[in-house]
Amino acid sequence: MILHRRQLLTAVPAGLMLTGCDALTRNSTAKAVIGAGEQATYRWQRLVGRDGLAREFSAADISPTFKVNGTHEPTNPEWQRLSAGNFADWRLKVTGLVHRELNLTLPQLRALPQRTQITRHDCVEGWSAIGQWAGPQLAPILKAAGLRDGARYIVFLCADDYGGEASKGGLQSASRYYESVDLVDAFHPQTILAHSLNNQPLSTGHGAPLRLRVERQLGYKQAKYLMQIVVADSLAPFGGGKGGYWPDRGYEWYAGT
Amino acid sequence: MATAAPTLAPLRPDSRVVLRHHWLVRLTHWLNAIAIIILLMTGLNIFGAHPRLYWGDAGSVDQREQLWLETGASPPWRNPTGWIEIAGTRFDTTGFIGVSQSPKGTTSFVAFPDWATLPSGRDLATARTWHFFFAWVIILNGLAWLLYGLFSGRLWREILPKRRQLTRAHLWTDIVEHAKLNFPKGEAALSYEVLQRLAYAGVTLVLIPTVILTGLTMSPGMDAAWPWLDALWGGRQSARSVHFIAMSGIAGFLLLHLVLVVLSGPIRQIGAMITGRMTIGGDK
Repeated sequence: MILHRRQLLTAVPAGLMLTGCDALTRNSTAKAVIGAGEQATYRWQRLVGRDGLAREFSAADISPTFKVNGTHEPTNPEWQRLSAGNFADWRLKVTGLVHRELNLTLPQLRALPQRTQITRHDCVEGWSAIGQWAGPQLAPILKAAGLRDGARYIVFLCADDYGGEASKGGLQSASRYYESVDLVDAFHPQTILAHSLNNQPLSTGHGAPLRLRVERQLGYKQAKYLMQIVVADSLAPFGGGKGGYWPDRGYEWYAGT
Repeated sequence: MATAAPTLAPLRPDSRVVLRHHWLVRLTHWLNAIAIIILLMTGLNIFGAHPRLYWGDAGSVDQREQLWLETGASPPWRNPTGWIEIAGTRFDTTGFIGVSQSPKGTTSFVAFPDWATLPSGRDLATARTWHFFFAWVIILNGLAWLLYGLFSGRLWREILPKRRQLTRAHLWTDIVEHAKLNFPKGEAALSYEVLQRLAYAGVTLVLIPTVILTGLTMSPGMDAAWPWLDALWGGRQSARSVHFIAMSGIAGFLLLHLVLVVLSGPIRQIGAMITGRMTIGGDK
């Protein structure tokens, strides 16, 4: 950070200290040290709550309006075409480190054993909304595909190009939304591929036709507009390499806090 | 307590240097000071991402039934008004909350001004990462301090008010002495008076544990691991509200603490918290 002499002369000592702190937030060594906190949190939560279940609420607790966040409607022509056809031609591909690649239709996903759960959605910004989600668990789908040796992450590729983070004071370059979880969360009983919210098929804003629910993490992990699931041994080949659209932009990959 | 402070070296017959603060107390004090300031400033930045507080489990811009605090800005946009609304009453806070000047001189529509937040200006991702790192620091540091206090007995000797100090007359005397800015100088400076004990016990044993537990309750991962967290505060949004209220208490303590250190002899007080040594008696 370059300070002009006049700025230095007029700055009060406290201001200088804070400018120093601000510069420190951009220093790479400081970033590495501070980033150790995320690892500690991830390990700690796996230690004390590996199998913990997110609280499930009653129908009376459901939020009257569930706020739509992130993409409101994908502009991608392929998704637009699929949406126009009521997702009859939509397929969920399961690929990567699997024994059998899968190509699942919505009726096939609805024919699997279903899980319905009323859970609280916690946005990274601080707000919460409660909704009832329904869909098949992710675990049996992964078992049907068969994970090969080396599988460590489940990556979710989405149809929406998301661009823009108002909270950073400007537009970020648009790029394809994606997310990923470890195998503990992937095989967790409350991790489902939801096709309905509050007994209605997912609306466009909430991620039609299918979205991920990984209930012990924040809202940005709940990837919408799912197109493909990739079983991977590394997050490096995807997006910016940090395992998700927001993790590529400085947010924690493990969003349990 | 004088008996707990070993005499080191007499400077003059009537004055002596005593070990006032154990090294662990000094270390945890300064680590805590750094952690609290960074947690406060990053926390104000995080609050800015959603400057509203609710009671209960859920709340958003689309679910405002249990909203009780909000900050914002109102037109005319050429000369905007910043405000905070608490329980339905709106206060004009232009220049501080809702609308403030950025260091570049432009108008900033953030909940708290750039000078009060870390990083300055909106940056939720960085603020969160720093907040959670220093959350680990304050928890581990606080545990070290608490264990030392419990095993050394310092918690009872120095922090918790003594029963005899809790009479109405004694409390009143201490309030009057503080109001007159009469601070203990001689042997009495070796032990905290009742208001000081109440303040230190309130911050270390009530407010800091409260911000830690409410902070954990905001984590969906911790709520799944320890369901009692959510039950304790009556929902995640209530926990977020209590987190903010307890933070305000800590910020108030910090301000008062700094003012009183300055008024009661900053060189002597800060010196004692750095070196551990304090000169008692003489012409002091």
